[in-house]
Amino acid sequence: MTERYVLAVDQGTTSTRAIVFDRGGRLVAVRQREHRQFFPRPGWVEHDPEEIWANTQLTAAQVLRDVAGRPGRVVALGIANQRETTVVWERATGRPVLRALVWQDTRTGPLVEELSARPDAAIVRERAGMEIAGYFAGPRLRWVLDAVPRARERAEQGELLFGTMESWLIWNLTGGPDGGVHVTDVTNASRTLLMDVRTCAWDPDLLDFFGVPAAMLPEIRPSIGVLGTATALPVPVPIGGALGDQQAALFGQTCFSPGEAKCTYGTGSFLLQNTGTELVHSAHGLISTVAYQLAGEPAHYALEGSIAVTGALVQWLRDGLGLIGSAPEVETLARTVDDNGGCYIVPAFSGLLAPHWQGEARGLVAGLTSYVTKGHLARAVLEATGWQTRDVVRAMDADSGLHLSALRVDGGMTTNNLLMQFLADVLDTPVVRPMVGETVSLGAGYAAGLAVGMWSDTGALRGNWHRSAQWSPRPQRAAELDAEYAAWERAVRLSIAWGDRHFR
Amino acid sequence: MPGSVQSLERAAAILRAIAGSGGQMGVTELAGVVGLAKTTTHGLLRTLLSLGFVEQDADSGRYRLGTGLLDLGSHYLDANELRSRASNWCDSLAARSGCSVRLGTLAGLQVVVVHHVFRPDDSAQELEVGAALPAHATALGKVLLAFRPAASRPPADPRLERSTAATMVDPAKLAAELKAVRGRGWAVQREERVPGEGGLAAPVHGAGGLVVAALGVTAPVPEVLGSAGAVRPALLEMVLEAAAAVSRELVRS
Repeated sequence: MTERYVLAVDQGTTSTRAIVFDRGGRLVAVRQREHRQFFPRPGWVEHDPEEIWANTQLTAAQVLRDVAGRPGRVVALGIANQRETTVVWERATGRPVLRALVWQDTRTGPLVEELSARPDAAIVRERAGMEIAGYFAGPRLRWVLDAVPRARERAEQGELLFGTMESWLIWNLTGGPDGGVHVTDVTNASRTLLMDVRTCAWDPDLLDFFGVPAAMLPEIRPSIGVLGTATALPVPVPIGGALGDQQAALFGQTCFSPGEAKCTYGTGSFLLQNTGTELVHSAHGLISTVAYQLAGEPAHYALEGSIAVTGALVQWLRDGLGLIGSAPEVETLARTVDDNGGCYIVPAFSGLLAPHWQGEARGLVAGLTSYVTKGHLARAVLEATGWQTRDVVRAMDADSGLHLSALRVDGGMTTNNLLMQFLADVLDTPVVRPMVGETVSLGAGYAAGLAVGMWSDTGALRGNWHRSAQWSPRPQRAAELDAEYAAWERAVRLSIAWGDRHFR
Repeated sequence: MPGSVQSLERAAAILRAIAGSGGQMGVTELAGVVGLAKTTTHGLLRTLLSLGFVEQDADSGRYRLGTGLLDLGSHYLDANELRSRASNWCDSLAARSGCSVRLGTLAGLQVVVVHHVFRPDDSAQELEVGAALPAHATALGKVLLAFRPAASRPPADPRLERSTAATMVDPAKLAAELKAVRGRGWAVQREERVPGEGGLAAPVHGAGGLVVAALGVTAPVPEVLGSAGAVRPALLEMVLEAAAAVSRELVRS
């Protein structure tokens, strides 16, 4: 039998990556390309969908060329994407009506406030499984429909299409204006506030509530199952699956059983815990979301703790303050000192997500004295990621009643040993990194491979998971950090108070 | 100056002359300043050009200092950056080879472990990042010692500590081993640090072409060496490929 490979595209917040994996889930080749970030006003974050589409084609073609000389063939394409980022485009031309509104964009704040105040607002939490927040795609779509002249009318007539990033890419990959397939996967649809999280179908009452015409919505499909053929690639391959990036990472970490959890450390960080085929409503500020769905099977659900700013705080230290030349150098700078010097940074750049959901909170540096150096700031930057993880882990323990026996981690920040040890200490839990750090891409690859029979079932994937590193909590340090947690919580309360217009 | 190499002195004179001009110089002008025949000067410039130490203006044909010179002095590679760039390839090497993987840099006569990927058998293992290993007793260390710019000299401190019966503690024997490593481009270690354990390592080159790190695998001897004591070729190929991939990653930026 000749070797078979899967191609995964991870369309992320800062870059698009194309990776080829073999049957052992091992990385064979990788290509990456960054795209531009547009900040037209404070709080606005945009991407150019056409640039992202071009980068997808380019990196996919490059990586296919990289493996062209090997015996065997690429049998399927899987897509993982930045979630909640909203694209609206013309069906006839494929031209976006605006740049994409990125998940970090906070322009829908006033709209969300207005929608939340409506007497029928409770329907959103009840049906969609989440509170109304500017973080999700639905309010962004509504904003576009309000902002672009004649948009609603054109959408009703079927001239405009809506999609999150995977919809946009699949439509283009399968032909674009020339017969492109307009679909979304159930995990991405669960992030719009427009889908009934139990039936996994667009909910007419929610569409009504947000004022969104059904004609512009993609068809909701299972995450794992053939969606069409990517004819736009040099070698046409079936598109075997699509998942939101965090759900893809959960899948790539083979967290298939209830209670299994992972946290991905990137621009933001996202802790997801599989809750099985039962939807668990959070009482502690977490999101109930769809984890994945195999074609012909019921959906699996997850509890999610979303943290908006973790790696982005390191980027700010690099680009905003110029204290380091590259992101990994934060560890070098942090190791010039032994502790945080009493300094805490709450990176509420665009509010706080889980478990606080305070859109108006703003960032702060607390505990400044003349003793504090840039080394201490670097420590505080890394520790902010650890403290925020503790906030969501505590909420998850309370909601699910399952204490984590170990935290599976992945993402770019997991090469930071200082941070990983801090996490183990602050959570008082072993932190484990899998052999494939690229779990987002791996999850998309697994989805695609399962759909075309490259793997028989999810059980076959578990054998591919291996530990590459482990950090164990040190009891004395864990006790110290437990005592210090109150200081972090105080800093969080201050950042929430700072953003409150009525605070005096 | 006994033992000095004439062409090196001439090349240095050319670089100094261009640096002194503060801009670009033509070949005739340069030949005049350094006092050499035009053909000789031209030959030296071709070599400097191929090394990236000078660049030639596409329109005027004149020469200026090349970016390769900057890489020599100012390109300090941060260890944490190195780990971040190498991580994917180290994972891949561990997954394919079934061995534990380490990436190391040299500090004196010790190898500092910059990155460590567990052996993928899910057995209990301790993360060794930050640990210092004796360079002469590890494959990583032999690579780093062999490719030091001053590698022609034996290690400054001849007191080589013994870890096992197989550790090379004789400076002359080690010098011969390092010469062989330099020649073939990889190093092997046979129970020289821990009984029963073998290792293979290859050099990682930085943007300026110098060796900035070594990447290698460690495993029980039978996994590294065949029955006749020869290095297993498939494993060696994986190590060389991974080291080359990390080198490409470092140059790509």
